[in-house]
Amino acid sequence: MVHGEIWTIKELWVLPNEYIIWAIQIVMYPFMTGLVAGSFVLSSLYHVFGIKKLEGIARFALVFSFALLPGALIPLLLHLQHPERSINVMMTPHFTSAIAAFGIVFSCYFAIVAAEIWFLYRRHFIDHSRYLQSLGKDRTFGQRVLQLVHTILTLGSFETSEESMRKDHKAIKLLASAGIPVALFLHGYAGFIFGSVKANALWLTPLMPVIFIVSAVVSGISLCLLSYIIVSEVRSRRGRRRLGKGKLKGAAPSVDISVIKMTSKFLLIFLATAVSLELLDLVFRGYTALNSWRILKDALYVRDFRNIFILQYGLGAFVPLVMLLLPRLTLRRTVVATLLVLWGVLMMRYNVVIGGQSFSQTFAGYMHYKLPVIPYDVERLKEGLVGALIVFSFPMLLFYIYSKVFPVFPRQPHSPD
Amino acid sequence: MSADIPESMPHGTETSPAVQQQPAESGARRAVSRRDFLKKTGLLAAGILTPAVALEVIFGLKGAGAAQAEGLATAAKTTPHWQFLVDTNKCVGCGFCVKACKLENEIPYTLNASRTWVERHVITKDGESHVDSPHAGQYGFTEPEIDLGEGKTLAIAPEDISKAFFVPKLCNQCNHPPCVQVCPVGATYKSPDGVVLVDRKWCIGCGYCVNACPYGARFFHPKYHTAEKCTFCEHRISKGLKPACVQACAFGARQIGDQNDPADPVAEVVATRRVEVLKAEFGTDPQCFYLGMDAEVR
Ligand code: SF4
Ligand code: SF4
Repeated sequence: MVHGEIWTIKELWVLPNEYIIWAIQIVMYPFMTGLVAGSFVLSSLYHVFGIKKLEGIARFALVFSFALLPGALIPLLLHLQHPERSINVMMTPHFTSAIAAFGIVFSCYFAIVAAEIWFLYRRHFIDHSRYLQSLGKDRTFGQRVLQLVHTILTLGSFETSEESMRKDHKAIKLLASAGIPVALFLHGYAGFIFGSVKANALWLTPLMPVIFIVSAVVSGISLCLLSYIIVSEVRSRRGRRRLGKGKLKGAAPSVDISVIKMTSKFLLIFLATAVSLELLDLVFRGYTALNSWRILKDALYVRDFRNIFILQYGLGAFVPLVMLLLPRLTLRRTVVATLLVLWGVLMMRYNVVIGGQSFSQTFAGYMHYKLPVIPYDVERLKEGLVGALIVFSFPMLLFYIYSKVFPVFPRQPHSPD
Repeated sequence: MSADIPESMPHGTETSPAVQQQPAESGARRAVSRRDFLKKTGLLAAGILTPAVALEVIFGLKGAGAAQAEGLATAAKTTPHWQFLVDTNKCVGCGFCVKACKLENEIPYTLNASRTWVERHVITKDGESHVDSPHAGQYGFTEPEIDLGEGKTLAIAPEDISKAFFVPKLCNQCNHPPCVQVCPVGATYKSPDGVVLVDRKWCIGCGYCVNACPYGARFFHPKYHTAEKCTFCEHRISKGLKPACVQACAFGARQIGDQNDPADPVAEVVATRRVEVLKAEFGTDPQCFYLGMDAEVR
């Protein structure tokens, strides 16, 4: 079987070699990089622009962005026919290709986020390592390991003078500012990868990188908001249970609704921008009605109508837009709205990646995508539902592990749970 | 008309075994890529901030690769520049060329992809165009019905047909190949003789080139899992032989020539007759030229 045949069904006049080559992992790739970029931007809104109300979510978003990073890498590896050769991109980067810079941009971004996190948590590493040490011989094995980890993470710098803290703060601000363009570039150029394929009538538009960036921010903010609410709720419930009823004083506070309201305002702005840009693109294509429009209009308005207009724009944009705009925003409503927004962005990636390959270059035939659900073989595992779920859940696991070392919520010093 | 060709058909006696083709290809590539590698390591640092693509686009500067290719071309004045000529008036749709190609280039007959293929175009009196290429046309067009995919067919009454013809297709070995432009590792490249090749030892299998080719010329090889395409049978033409498809075509619908050879009859046709290329609007500068082309063909 030729690659792509497993999940492609051809109809009418499709060229013999045409298949859906970029499948579900290439849907996941921009989705995950979008989350990375978006959550970084959210954290930078506080660190760079000093939007005070976002303080509570800023650390959270930064660590989340760090945890999501492998999510941008794994789909590509799962997609490559020769993942063992992926290092070739660094060895002989061919810079006329939009993908060639991936390794470099990715490493840059990784370094920036890692450095920012280090400066942000340096004080914490020092304090925590000292505290664990002070426990002396009574330490459990786990505490010993944690102490070692924290000591290593200080990288040998135990300076906590006010002067050095000020310097840390400066460094954070600098890195957060430098990180914004890099994060946007990391994602914008994922859009460029598609937008520059002149052979593909749907992809070819200079708006593509912009649309990708804005929707990235949308998805990143949504995911941060959602997980922030969930994590805060779980923490406060656990805290309440531990202390017993009536002794609410020391428990972690439940979600700060003002943080939620502020963040969702930003979400609204970006969501409205994203939808307007996409609609602009659509209207423009219909108005100019180039040769390709004869198949595009059928693909967009008839064959993919449900995916595009109901699942993406309707459920994924319009409904959450209304939900967030209505007064007296509640937590539950925010949770549902963010889930829908995430769904909408995922559908947008799907409609771009798969939708762009769903018609033939002959403009006279169609290809349907059948997502492999049951992993009978490696190919169906890697580029099927299971592979996509792995890609999505791995960063969540990583975030859980990270959050053990980098506390994402402010907590009392010397009271590790 | 060609339902029962023996499976071992048009494999020429002087043919080199198909397996030898790739080492020759990738050997040449190796030498380039090692030299390239040292250069590019230096370039890497500079490249971080200014990707060559930006330089090329903004200042019209040539990348190292392009400069090198030019150097090679001037060094050997006798280097051919291969061009392909398809005379659609002569094609009868027998599919011998497709079979010969698959045999020559290790593409299984059973694979639903091919380096070259033949299309049948039937335009009915109502102006509708009906096209198919079952099994890339390798078994000829023995059924009058048009293949619609998913097991469906369409019968067209002969009196409804206003015109019908066959169009053989293959990689156009574009002079501005988008497939080469987008390869992130430089595994696919334009060789000095004009043919676009793929290094099976270096391709990472990202599929970018497959999506970037406006002609659907590329697919993944089922065994090597690397990008696969027509090479004009580079391993043959560089030894003075004809490509397998050209040799297999009994009607002379497929021909190959050298643009740099003033005495080449094919090059003369391309230069002096009115020829068409496919999808000129993509700016790829295709090197496959067609006689008797129709506006309906995309
Ligand atoms: S026809 Fe396609 S594969 Fe061949 S050189 Fe042109 S773009 Fe590349
Ligand atoms: S599939 Fe291979 S030849 Fe094609 S762009 Fe990717 S690495 Fe290059």
